[in-house]
Amino acid sequence: MKNHVIFGLASLALLFSFWFGSAYYKAKKAESMSFLAQENAELFIREHSQSLGSDEARVHLVEFMDPACETCAAFSPLVKEIMEANPGKIRLVLRYAPFHEGADTFVKILEASKKQGKYWETLNVMYRTQPFWASHHDPQPERIWQFLPKAGVNVEQIRKDMEDPEIVRILEQDMADAGVLEVRKTPGFFVNGKPLQVFGHQQLVDLIEAEIKLQYGE
Amino acid sequence: MLTTDRHQGKAWTILFLCWLTACVSSLGSLFFSSVMEFAPCVLCWYQRIFLFPLVFLLAAGLFPLDPRVGRYALPLAVAGWLTAAYHNLLYYNLIPESLEPCRRGVSCREEYIELFGFLTIPVLSLLAFSLLITLLFLFKRSVSR
Repeated sequence: MKNHVIFGLASLALLFSFWFGSAYYKAKKAESMSFLAQENAELFIREHSQSLGSDEARVHLVEFMDPACETCAAFSPLVKEIMEANPGKIRLVLRYAPFHEGADTFVKILEASKKQGKYWETLNVMYRTQPFWASHHDPQPERIWQFLPKAGVNVEQIRKDMEDPEIVRILEQDMADAGVLEVRKTPGFFVNGKPLQVFGHQQLVDLIEAEIKLQYGE
Repeated sequence: MLTTDRHQGKAWTILFLCWLTACVSSLGSLFFSSVMEFAPCVLCWYQRIFLFPLVFLLAAGLFPLDPRVGRYALPLAVAGWLTAAYHNLLYYNLIPESLEPCRRGVSCREEYIELFGFLTIPVLSLLAFSLLITLLFLFKRSVSR
């Protein structure tokens, strides 16, 4: 009988330690991230970063994304929804973390489309046609080309512009920042420097709403 | 076989410590992967495959105390120890690159942590399996007395 009690107590102690350790680690990490956000804002937003929404917005939603990532595509309309629900308060900043093999190509195409002023249109087309060229985590860059005209871009020009070495520099910078911020999965969200710790749509909405409350005092 | 209650109590304690070791190692491993988000490499996965079942197998051996639990637990612990030993040889460059089985994904040489300057994850794993094997032998000895 005594042995059962020892075993039960030990099990509880183990589970509690694990739970407590996780909570402690996450709190520490959030603290160090917010410090990073205050001290090194450029880690989150670089000169070259594309953003959507008002420049006056006080809530910066930074998303480390990979054009070939299925969850990023699934989140794209959800992010748009959140931004529409809070007009003028949120600025979306996109950073690259192309973890899928061969996903660099899509980033290069995106950056080339920026020169034609069709960045968001191209991203939209990419996300919508993603099942045709990146299903099952196996990106096939050659299959994207047939869809690009839908974004209203000059495809021949993109083929030329995507070889710009500046794009490689942007990619390297973003990957380096992702490393410092410990982004290991995409999409990786930060709201004013606070990482989305438990991944999920509702969790993202909650994090953004809490920050809006903090910044706009509603 | 078990002659006295005192003997049985001692054997139970050893097996309980063994179970505790398996639990702490398993939870620690889960902490690295799920909380700290270190991606486990292929060899880490093999070691986890040998480690995780021990938590349940040893717990089953505790109630009621099964003197033969070592028969089932030792093969897992030894297989885990061998994998961990191989992982350490690879990690500390004692085996040439060409033998490395994990080409894609996370490299088995990926360095994540170094506690107190020497405790890396492969070392922790080797220590855990060594402790498990030692305790299982001590248990065997204490029940056969």
